[in-house]
Parts: sequence; structure tokens; C-alpha cells
Amino acid sequence: MLLFFFMVVTVMREDDPMVKVERPLATETESLEKKSLVDYINVGPPVDPRFGTEPKIQLDDSFAELSDIPLWIELNREARDEAERPLITTSLKVDKQTRMGIVTDIKMELRESNALKINYSVNQGSEID
Amino acid sequence: MADIAFLLLIFFLVTTTMDQDIGILRQLPPPVPEDMEYPEVNKRNVYEVLVNAQDRLLVEGEPMDIRNLKEGAIEFYTNPRNRSDLPQMREVTRASVQENINQLRQAIAENPENEDLKKKLEEWEDKMVAIELIGEYRELPSSALISLQNDRGTSYDMYIKVQNELSAAVNELRDELSLEKFNVRYNELNPADDNDKPKIKAIRAVYPQRISEAEPKDIGGQSR
Repeated sequence: MLLFFFMVVTVMREDDPMVKVERPLATETESLEKKSLVDYINVGPPVDPRFGTEPKIQLDDSFAELSDIPLWIELNREARDEAERPLITTSLKVDKQTRMGIVTDIKMELRESNALKINYSVNQGSEID
Repeated sequence: MADIAFLLLIFFLVTTTMDQDIGILRQLPPPVPEDMEYPEVNKRNVYEVLVNAQDRLLVEGEPMDIRNLKEGAIEFYTNPRNRSDLPQMREVTRASVQENINQLRQAIAENPENEDLKKKLEEWEDKMVAIELIGEYRELPSSALISLQNDRGTSYDMYIKVQNELSAAVNELRDELSLEKFNVRYNELNPADDNDKPKIKAIRAVYPQRISEAEPKDIGGQSR
């Protein structure tokens, strides 16, 4: 019984996390519908200390530079049906210690590539009492 | 057999990720051509929220604690005491909406090709629906917005906190209105339900989410 349960709910992780992301907390959240239409950009310090401690961007399975984002967006768009393209959401999974500079740069790239629906990925909770 | 099943169970146990993704959804503004001229906006229609590299808030020129931000935003959205430094609310009355609809219908009859007019007419008709549902209301001027600016050195944590408080302000107002008029919370209205859809639209018309994520400046403080 349990076996079948886990077999069914298991979703193979698409990408190995290569950056550590501790999500910030927020209360006013919405859950993302249609996971197939969500693309993830991970930002945080690398898991492997050999890559340094500065926050890096991870797209799919590898580290990336800011300049890689437009092409990545374009490829993701190509992979979807024409009708679904406007519904693609880009979810930013950003470590909470990250400075906004890099996040802003990513947002600017997304704007330039017309990927305007974004989601700041968080965990449910509140730090403000 | 039993131990194979057991091994498989362990395997799936380990690989399972109950990854629920929740977050704060935002719409970025479309890219602007470089030579675009920014329209002059009335200062009272902009609620300026600055976050510096030390994660401190400056709201409308005054330092503010994050705990007061929600209250501040709510006051901006409603301006209950008609303060002169907050947006001038416009009364949306049945008569004025009807008049606008009539005028637009006439204009469309004269040149039926004009898409802009049709869009405008739709907007006003939505307002009419809102009035039917919740009565006459006060509306924010269309240029009113919360402008959120951060420094490059602001921490992401703080940025999300601020976004969260600003969302909380709108959600609280919407909830209040929804409870008063429809006896359900705003987020319990179902957008897929034909009955609820106009209600959601009406509430959104009264309390629009207006947050502009301006491009960052070095607004003081050391950015790392």
C-alpha cells in the first residue's frame, strides 16, 4: 500500500540543487497552479564550496550567467504550446541572504525577454510579530 | 518478494519530494524604450517606499518600522481622512458611470473601428457591474501607485518582507469588503465560478493591486 502511495506521489526531481536556497518567509502567498508552466531560477551560494561563496545563478542543471537568461527563456518558450506561452511563470527561488543586486539584474533580463509573470518563491510563515 | 517491495518502498521514500511551491506572484512592467519620457505624476498619488542597503525603510520621506508599513499602505489605498498628501479619491456613482457608458457608446457608433474606445467601454461596464454588486464606491485615481525601490545591497529577505506587507494591505482591504458584502473571504471566492467571477472583479476594481517595482538606485548606504 505504502509502496504504491510513494510510487504515485514521487516526482523525480528535475534538477539537482547546486545552490543552497533558504527561502524567506511570507504570509500573503499564492500557490502555483500548473507546474508544467513554471520555470525555476535558483539563486544562492553554491553547495560545493569550490565554486566560492558568492551567490550564483542556476538554470536547469548548471550554473549560468546573467547573459544566458534570454536564451533560456526563449528555449523554454519554444518547448511549450503556442497557446500556453503567455501563461509561463518564472519562479525565482532565491536565498534569503542574497543581496538584491543580482535579483534585480535577473528581473531586468526577464523584462527584456518579456517574461513578465514572476513568482518570488517563499515558505509560509511570518517573521514579523 | 517482501524485501524487494521493502527496498522499493525505501527508494521511493527517499526520492519523494513533497515540493509545494508557494510564493508571491508579481507582474513585471514591460520593457520600455530607452528614450521614453516618463509622465509627470502627482506626488500625492505615489506612495514611495525605499529600502536601503541596511534594510531600513524610508516611506514618504520618513523612516518607518516595517510593522507600520501595512497600516501606512492601507491608509494610502483608502485615504479615509481625505489627507491632502494622499491620493484624491474619486466617487464612482451610478449616474457618472452611466453617463460615461452612454458617451462611449455614442463615440463607438460614430467610428466602430476604434479598439481603444471599446476597451474603455468595457472598463466602464465593469465598473457598472461593481456598483450593482457592492454599491457606489470611492476609487483610487488611475495614476496612484506604490513605488517600491530598493538598493542593490538590500537583502532579499527584507525585500520579500516589504512585498509581503504591501500585499497584506491589499488583501486585508479586499477581505474586509468581501466579508461585508458577500459574507465570504476574498480568497474563498472561486475565479472559475461564474457566480464569483464578477464579485472578484468588483472587489479588484475597488482595491486594485498597484505596486511598481522600480529599478533600483543606490539610494544611500553602502552597497556591497
